[in-house]
Amino acid sequence: MMDRRNLLRTGAIGAAAALFAPRIAFAAAPTDKRFVFIIQRGAADGLGIVVPVGDPAFAGQRGVLADIAEGGLKLDSTFTLHPMLAETGKLYGAKQALFAHAVASPYRERSHFDGQNVLESGGKGPYALKDGWLNRMLALLPEADARALAIAAAIPLALRGTREVASYAPSNLPDASDDLLQRVSMLYQGDAQLHGLWEQALATRTLTGDLAADNGRNAAATGALAARLMAPANGARIAMIETGGWDTHSGQKARLGAQLRGLDAMIGAIRTGLGAEWANTMVLVATEFGRTVAVNGTNGTDHGTASAAMLLGGGVKGGRVIADWPGLAQASLYEGRDLRPTGDLDGFIAGAVAAHFGLEPARVLPTLFPQSTAAQPVEGLA
Amino acid sequence: MDATAIARNRFGLGARAGEAAPRDAKAWLLDQLARFDSRPAPIANAPGRAEAAGEIAEFYRTRRAERRERRMEAADDASPQMEARRAERRDVRDIYAQSVAARANAALATDTPFVERLVHFWSNHFAISADKLPVAGLAGDFEFSAIRPHVLGRFADMLGAVERHPAMLVFLDQAQSIGPNSRAGTRAAGRGRKRGLNENLAREIMELHTLGVRTGYGQADVTEFARAMTGWTVGGIGRGVARRIDGEPGAFLFAPQFHEPGTRTILGKSFAQGGEAQAQAVLAMLATHPATARHIATKLARHFAGDAPPATLVAKLEAAFLRSGGDLPTVYRALVDAPEAWAAEPVKFKTPWEWAVSAGRAVGAESFPAGNVAGFITQLGQAVWRPGSPAGFDDIAASWAGSDAIMRRVEAAGRFAGRARMEQDARTLAASLFGDGLSETTGTGIARAESPAQGLALLLVSPEFMRR
Repeated sequence: MMDRRNLLRTGAIGAAAALFAPRIAFAAAPTDKRFVFIIQRGAADGLGIVVPVGDPAFAGQRGVLADIAEGGLKLDSTFTLHPMLAETGKLYGAKQALFAHAVASPYRERSHFDGQNVLESGGKGPYALKDGWLNRMLALLPEADARALAIAAAIPLALRGTREVASYAPSNLPDASDDLLQRVSMLYQGDAQLHGLWEQALATRTLTGDLAADNGRNAAATGALAARLMAPANGARIAMIETGGWDTHSGQKARLGAQLRGLDAMIGAIRTGLGAEWANTMVLVATEFGRTVAVNGTNGTDHGTASAAMLLGGGVKGGRVIADWPGLAQASLYEGRDLRPTGDLDGFIAGAVAAHFGLEPARVLPTLFPQSTAAQPVEGLA
Repeated sequence: MDATAIARNRFGLGARAGEAAPRDAKAWLLDQLARFDSRPAPIANAPGRAEAAGEIAEFYRTRRAERRERRMEAADDASPQMEARRAERRDVRDIYAQSVAARANAALATDTPFVERLVHFWSNHFAISADKLPVAGLAGDFEFSAIRPHVLGRFADMLGAVERHPAMLVFLDQAQSIGPNSRAGTRAAGRGRKRGLNENLAREIMELHTLGVRTGYGQADVTEFARAMTGWTVGGIGRGVARRIDGEPGAFLFAPQFHEPGTRTILGKSFAQGGEAQAQAVLAMLATHPATARHIATKLARHFAGDAPPATLVAKLEAAFLRSGGDLPTVYRALVDAPEAWAAEPVKFKTPWEWAVSAGRAVGAESFPAGNVAGFITQLGQAVWRPGSPAGFDDIAASWAGSDAIMRRVEAAGRFAGRARMEQDARTLAASLFGDGLSETTGTGIARAESPAQGLALLLVSPEFMRR
């Protein structure tokens, strides 16, 4: 893995794509489907992205953040899209984007560290599984097409496992020590003092490498890079992109806006870069958990529970928001503070993957989320 | 941790790669009291006091020349005097960096790590801070010539050496303190100039070096002690009035013309006029005072038995101190003999200095790259000899166990491990460092590392390695 990664990191992008060539050079591709997972590290505020302005309790609960959706695309009678998500809104209009709201992984605590572990491993609790659901997904694909790539210097947990995965990092992403950081996380999991400190340290680091950098141009470049690595017939079929900067404890209005501008530019660049292959592509955007319904004392929000996820792509049956909306009235909140989770992120992801690749949902769910007994795959997503 | 791991990690500076484990942990510690070398090669080769004092004196000379020049002519940025002053400043900073490297290399190589740790303990107890240029230049010599030779002696002797050292006299402004009724004081008053006492050092000796804060002394005692101390100054390098004192640059000097005449009363005891000997007599009294015994016992106990050390251990050390009149080896033996210091669970979170030294020893480094080590340890969050306060660096976890500090250690470990030339596998090393104290999580994490270097980095930041 080391040599390969070094080659990938030092070589030109063309060389990186060509690495996949020898195995499949003249083989007919059994599937043209591409899948991209954009992880939002830091707990993205679903209520500020797919904004429930139609909920009667919304304005009262959100205070200074209540006007955040002004000028955004009205999705339905309840939800309006954040105005910075212009490209994403166009996809919604073309029925190529859908949003799942009030969804959550099985994790119910509020640690980034553990929450991301659950989101990526697909386990029931933190550190319950050692490999990631995206790596296990490779086993469901035709051997020749099970080519996955992390747009990162090191392989994130979701992509780790028995299947070999490549990585490629544009220079503006955090350096190779990210792998070390992940392993340190494992080392500290049983140490109350170091676990807490380390979580703070990672959260701080996340803030410094966020999507908002350079007015979203970095994010667009990363999206374009992913598309270039995936567009060729012999390119990667599965890719994962890490985004940070979602932990908006203060000054959320400006920060979340900048984050979403970056995310929107990234999505737009992936779509443009993939050209005709967009029809065969599905992009999943998800975060480890949501944020508090109420605004805190520093015009931000704190760690919460349910959030929103996005599904984008030429084959997505979009133009809708999927939610068993729990409402924002105080009595409806989870533990009196968070958006109550009514949808299962595991089931949403499994359903999306099954529909996209034409697989049996009943086979996908236990492979991706083997401990998720309660979840039912959501049908009809693509 | 077993006794061997405790002796090496908590009492010592961490095991060196490839070093044989001591057969009897206590005997190994006590034996070091007989084997300690106060001037090992790195220290013997470090810049001496004369060199530092010469550079500092030269710095002040060029600065004065520059100021004269400015008064006479229009300010000129490219003045040769300004250049010379900058060069002198660089030279002094360089002496500081070389001295830090000498300290670190001695700590890496030593086979008496328990005593070496005690040197660091006392150096921090009698803290100076290298924020002022002369203190930066003299900081190394302060530890090498005032602490090291006395670490196995009597507390009173170390106290005397420390308070006479130019770094301390300059740091806490004693060098400029003048008795109002001394010859220099009355002469200055006659010219309408205000010259007088500076209580800084006298106060910190009582509060930090000996009795401890709120132990019964009052402002009158501090002032009286400050009067007794007048005349204790430094030759050649001081600024202001002390500059005009002749003498070997950087050497302790008693200037009788600064000394406040008269008998002093401190803590109810009377100290007759005797020039230099007056303050020395006060120090001797403070050195064996029961409050001092209590203060030192508490700090030592905290350093070895946890941030909130058992009262029984403090009592044992206090008794040993009082019984022996402040004979330090007697106190150290009481410490090694006390079961309270041998708790199996790690009781201390390593400071950045301790972490860096133990990491260097673990990978078997022969030396830190000269010039680099001061910056390296500063980046980790603890600039050597620069605590910024005469109270020294805190000796509790709350001051060091911060999220940014941990991230810096992880980053440093990554770089460090990438450069280390390891003969030993990180898995073997982990087992030899911690014995049965190695957790399964750490063992597995190291074993599953993607490369030997990464395994080593994980070892260096493991929970076991972060504490002692």
